[in-house]
Amino acid sequence: MTIVSRRTFLAGSTALASTIGAPAIVGAQTPSVKVGLIHPVTGFVAYNGQQNRLGATMAIEDLNKAGGIKSMGGAKLEALLGDSQSKVEVGVSEVEKMNEAGVAAYIGCFQSPVGIAASQAASKYNTPFLIDVGASDLIVTRGLKNTFRLKPGFGVCVDQGIGALGAMNSAAGGPAKTAVIVHESGEFGTGTAKLLSGKLPTIGIEVKEVIPHDNPTRNFDNIALRIRSLQPDLVMMSNYQNEYVLLARTLYQQKVNLAGFYSLLGGGFNYKFAKEMPDVSQYMMDTNHWFNPKSARAQALKKRVEAGGNLFTYEVYLSYSVVELLADALEHAGSADKEKLLAALTASTYKADMLPYAATKFVNGQNEGGRPATLQVIKGDIKVVGPEDVAELKPVFPKPKFK
Amino acid sequence: MFDPQILIAGVLNGLLAGGIYVLVAVGLTLIYGVLHIINFAHGSLLMLAMYAVFFLWRLSGIDPYLALPIVVAGSFVFGYLLYRGLIGRLSHGRDENILLLTLGVSIVIDNAALLFFGGDTQTVEVPYAGDAIEIGAAFLPIPKLISFGAALLICLVLGLFMARTDTGKAIRAVARERQGARLAGIDVEKIFAISYGIGIACLGAAACLLMPTFYVTPQSGYAFVLVAFTTVVLGGMGSFVGAAIGGFLIGVTESLGGLLLGEQLGQIGISLIFILILLFKPTGLFGSKA
Repeated sequence: MTIVSRRTFLAGSTALASTIGAPAIVGAQTPSVKVGLIHPVTGFVAYNGQQNRLGATMAIEDLNKAGGIKSMGGAKLEALLGDSQSKVEVGVSEVEKMNEAGVAAYIGCFQSPVGIAASQAASKYNTPFLIDVGASDLIVTRGLKNTFRLKPGFGVCVDQGIGALGAMNSAAGGPAKTAVIVHESGEFGTGTAKLLSGKLPTIGIEVKEVIPHDNPTRNFDNIALRIRSLQPDLVMMSNYQNEYVLLARTLYQQKVNLAGFYSLLGGGFNYKFAKEMPDVSQYMMDTNHWFNPKSARAQALKKRVEAGGNLFTYEVYLSYSVVELLADALEHAGSADKEKLLAALTASTYKADMLPYAATKFVNGQNEGGRPATLQVIKGDIKVVGPEDVAELKPVFPKPKFK
Repeated sequence: MFDPQILIAGVLNGLLAGGIYVLVAVGLTLIYGVLHIINFAHGSLLMLAMYAVFFLWRLSGIDPYLALPIVVAGSFVFGYLLYRGLIGRLSHGRDENILLLTLGVSIVIDNAALLFFGGDTQTVEVPYAGDAIEIGAAFLPIPKLISFGAALLICLVLGLFMARTDTGKAIRAVARERQGARLAGIDVEKIFAISYGIGIACLGAAACLLMPTFYVTPQSGYAFVLVAFTTVVLGGMGSFVGAAIGGFLIGVTESLGGLLLGEQLGQIGISLIFILILLFKPTGLFGSKA
């Protein structure tokens, strides 16, 4: 006779229960589609990554509440949360882990280098990778069939920013003839600065100097000193949040008086900066991703986000919209099958109505319908000053001098 | 070539930045001098003190400079208790354990800060933030001048404390000869905790002086800690005078390097100093041989 110990009995019972019970549980559940969200929620751009995650998870929650993916029998989206820790190699390892978990698509990654490497890793498995934030145009120029970017890259942002600046400068009688570019030294800042240096002369603005800086930078006093000695009419900035705020504050403290401070994809240009540093931020301008102020849905989302004690930054509504793009593609594909989903994304005509975009049209993975907005801080608030069809105010240019 | 006025302005900017490096480095060198360990939690504890300054201002409207006595005292108590309750107790008298413990403490503090305070950039806005004195080409912001003066004063007070008080003498005795101090009746463990507390109090002072011109995020302490390590090596591990002079030298090197070579290459100057000191004078400018 075999004596069954208590431990063996418990182990056997558990195994039996799981064999019999599991199919019943699975059968009772609503089918779900796993979505891998890879963002830097720790590390030096943690805030931005947390904002991305906030937008994406809010969208998933809203979509699920609204009945999920109807063509898939009301399948719910299930978020797998990944932290790239602001590091490329960690972002790639998150792709591998999530692939093991069976994700249907990835969304990420805020930082261009992480997005480039992670989407490459996902391409091995032919899994769609949707870029919510990631400025470098390298992301969509490598011929990867799995990578899609809803928002415009820095090429389009620079073109539009330069166009807006040129028009504004001409309308004001051309007070800006020279500029200094200050940028962070990574892929995003360097790429933007290179494009700016090439394009500013086309609107009659000479680039006096291009000044790169590291992340983090402790002190911008010498950059301010250098700018004052060069006496440009404009300072053009392209940096992440912390350095953006510190640079703006230093230029104000050092009384660097110019016709304008104009950033492209300024990492710190947000409501908090405008509200908490009204003197520093007054009349600063930025061409950046922004919501359509005339969209009722965007305004409603803004209220919800702010009611939760968070800022309505571009990461939130870009990630929110990208989740909607994925849901729309799943709806059209009627399946999470990778080939069908890729085909649906490629043919997508999703209308991101919270953003000032035309209907989505992907060409080599880049949405041709996306465009940034030109913004200006006016009395502690941010106003859209271009494009004209969504503008709230006319820009103040040249800016009045610091007191 | 640069206008001499710009160079002078660069030197002045470097000296002002150096004031903060001095305070951060003095705390680090004191802890090293007494406990003979590198405090890996230094950056995280600086960040924590910066958050304390930020919240005192945000919640109670206390100006960062007026918050100095509160934050310095709080930092001392925090450092003292951290050593007494955790580091000293778990290290079992082994230096390598203390090293690992401070590393662990730093990881916990960083992630707790991220969890409770979020990753957003927080700044303190004071009415005098935009005030400055113009000297030639230099525009010296009032908050940085205050920081510079206060850093010098704090170093002086700390130097007097170490030279004139019984506790200061006991700290020096423990730093010089641990066993001898024990035999002379000094409570070495208590001195370790007091030294650690004073080191962290220096960070509290640095945080108060930094916040009117800098920002705080859970990562912001690291921006200063690497430069503090270089300062300590340059001045000599455990040397107060070395940390003070080293901080100003590093500030000026960084500033002039940035002006002459560009902001990125300017950092090379600091690394170059670090390498040269290790090659030719490993004990630092004012360090004594072990």
